[in-house]
Amino acid sequence: MSHHDVIVVGTGLAGLTAAVRIAESGARVLVVAKGIGATHLSAGTIDVLGYSPERVERPGDALATLLAERPGHPYAHVGVEGVGAALDWFGARVADGPLAPYAYAGGLEENLLLPTAVGVPRPSALVPVTMAGGDLRDGTPVCVVGFRALKDFHPALLADGLERSGVGVTARAVELDLVPEARADVNSLGFARAFDDPAFRGQVVAQVAARGLGADERVAFPAVLGIADPHGAWAALEHGLGRRVFEVPTLPPSVPGMRLFATLREALHRAGGDVLLNNVVVGAERDGARLRALRVRVGLREQRRGAEWVVLATGGFASGGLELDSRWAARETALGLPLTGVPAAGEERFRPGYFDAHPIARAGVAVDHELRPLDAGGERVFENVLVAGATLAGAEPWKEGSGDGLSLATGHRAAELVLAASSTTTAAPAAAAGG
Amino acid sequence: MATRAGDVLGTLLMRESLDHCVKCTICETFCPVSNVTPLFPGPKYTGPQAERFRIGDEPSPDASLDYCSGCGICTQVCPQGVHIAEINTQARAALKATNGVPLRDRLLARPTLAGRLGTPAAPVVNWSLRNRMLRLAVEKAIGIHHRAPMPRFAGRTFQRWARQHTTPAAERRVAFFHGCGTNYYEPRLGEMTVALLEHNGIAVDVPKQDCCGLPLQSNGLFDDARSYVHRLAERLAPFARSGVDIVGTSTSCTLMLKREAIEILELGDDRALRDVSERVFDVCEYLLALHERGELKTDFQPLPETVTYHAPCQQQGHGIGKPAIALMALIPGLTVIESDATCCGVAGTYGLKREKYDIAMKVGAGLFRQVAENESDLAVCDSETCRWQIEHATGVKTVHPVEMLFRASGLT
Repeated sequence: MSHHDVIVVGTGLAGLTAAVRIAESGARVLVVAKGIGATHLSAGTIDVLGYSPERVERPGDALATLLAERPGHPYAHVGVEGVGAALDWFGARVADGPLAPYAYAGGLEENLLLPTAVGVPRPSALVPVTMAGGDLRDGTPVCVVGFRALKDFHPALLADGLERSGVGVTARAVELDLVPEARADVNSLGFARAFDDPAFRGQVVAQVAARGLGADERVAFPAVLGIADPHGAWAALEHGLGRRVFEVPTLPPSVPGMRLFATLREALHRAGGDVLLNNVVVGAERDGARLRALRVRVGLREQRRGAEWVVLATGGFASGGLELDSRWAARETALGLPLTGVPAAGEERFRPGYFDAHPIARAGVAVDHELRPLDAGGERVFENVLVAGATLAGAEPWKEGSGDGLSLATGHRAAELVLAASSTTTAAPAAAAGG
Repeated sequence: MATRAGDVLGTLLMRESLDHCVKCTICETFCPVSNVTPLFPGPKYTGPQAERFRIGDEPSPDASLDYCSGCGICTQVCPQGVHIAEINTQARAALKATNGVPLRDRLLARPTLAGRLGTPAAPVVNWSLRNRMLRLAVEKAIGIHHRAPMPRFAGRTFQRWARQHTTPAAERRVAFFHGCGTNYYEPRLGEMTVALLEHNGIAVDVPKQDCCGLPLQSNGLFDDARSYVHRLAERLAPFARSGVDIVGTSTSCTLMLKREAIEILELGDDRALRDVSERVFDVCEYLLALHERGELKTDFQPLPETVTYHAPCQQQGHGIGKPAIALMALIPGLTVIESDATCCGVAGTYGLKREKYDIAMKVGAGLFRQVAENESDLAVCDSETCRWQIEHATGVKTVHPVEMLFRASGLT
């Protein structure tokens, strides 16, 4: 049986954040996961609180109100200061990361208002600098540039949506016929690789300039401006076009999400942490109030992996961390932790409209303020297991515009709690790692 | 093991798993082949998507599948547990059954045959394999790229050495599954492995053995692959059944025995294979487990060298991380730089083929650059075909991690 100071289950934003934060303290950290997490599907922005329930302009203030009104919300376990600390920590990781000078801008003070690929304004707290120029609170007209070969990004749809959205920004669309590598089928990553090449940037600049830009226009591109050198690509376009340039997130694969993953993965690597994929946690061995070892399915075998601490960050229903079966029974899939907020038999689980408040939506694992999972009686299930991210009960990230913020903040909080708790016991991770 | 292979097989049925695909495209972003060539449209497209159009005995709708190298990275990264690589390997076999398998692939898929023919004539064969004119002729005749990294025959077999070697009596025994690469091309690696295990107080049996069938499986020759792997399993099963672990230096071949033959060739009913499957270990996995129990001799001598380590795709398919890194970290003075490249490109026999050689070299370009930039004394890699590819592309001598441990143990 292998033994680690800390095992993190899950490779999404919550799991990687917890793993990096703990590994940087010197502890021996292992991340186990079924596969790659949801970072590749995310917009790459950190949306802390977009709606509560009205559109939020100042997320720090709105968070304070939310926590007062909803003590069961996962943010309540982190607090406004804790969320701020997580954002600062994350921003520093990107700024010092493998993609620097690519960095993030923003914070809890104000939400930026960025257009989505269909031109809907979306409030985000912390965003890549390559997106910040799209802030719609500023009325500068937008020229949306798209590529005919990029099937999932339609500049005319974006421009039209933006004009209808009522933010008072005029927009128009330009479509280019450039196709990287002469591929029949090219996705956003294919374009991003092309944008790493200065020659392709030059072709784009020339073609956009040939179509003409208004003196006061800023230029939107799909978020494909480079995967290895995004800052270089973005800066080259701003320079070449002589206009403000910004990226708009696309459908998956999301290049900004991949940059976020690469940043945290590299930070974990530098801190000495490992990631094991195709390692599916199927249960636990208990030692009194503590979890002694995880039972992990690897291929056709089952292995035991011991740890002093476990951070569970396997995601919600979309990621398979929670499951609702055909008999309407819900469960937490890795450790079988008790769920809360699951509508009782006969009660309504879903409402007809996609964006309605579905009763099942707030289901998840209930935790105390130290993120320890609780059973129905309010007792801790394990003393040394912490839960972070979308597995937690009490939030509705897609309505609140809070998914990435919740994952980052609770992942960061879980790490802080593990580090604080282990520094007061003899099994301090840093000490164990040195031994 | 708490779980028998058969108990979980029901949840792992390859084709069933495609229903879990949510088209997230994560596999596409990691695919080393589709990232360098438009000839392969990517694992999602040829896997879960195209699979829906492969019906019964109807001809396969898409020949681009042949450009999948079978590295297996798509399966490793899939967040939904879809067995993309396994589905694609099965679909390729169906495609080959329709379109036929070229002579070249039939030859490359039989390393035992090549080994038996090449070993006695090693000097001549080795010369021929390095003669440009002859290689161009071979490329023209059967389509093996004239620059493809073909290994050198050792001119002797590891089996022959093992028959003359007496392992000291010890309480703990392992059976050594050395594979074809060690037997015909790198017998010295086999000798070093035996010495290292014996040095750690383990008696080593070397059963008579043949190819595991992996190259046949990769080249779509499933029936032949099944008979090869079954024959091998029959030879190894008596050890497994008497509680002896089976340890292998060829990481792709141990993976074949561990799970690929059961999953891809659908041999879950093969009793001998099932028994072997539960007891087979990659050698570094085995040594690290020894170390975790405090049973590995770690009084290593310093090796003041810098090496670049590359974990091959098939090794990553074990889901055991990189035990070689943890083991080499025990050697004083040794600087190990871990490559973050995913694949060297060769993927067994893929990169040897005329139409795929350039793709394979492009796939491995990142790794080759890192090996060169690190000014490595050596490169270290667990898989033989990858070692040959790295040496071919970089000119840097590339060894199995066992060789580092062997040298650091003061063995000769």
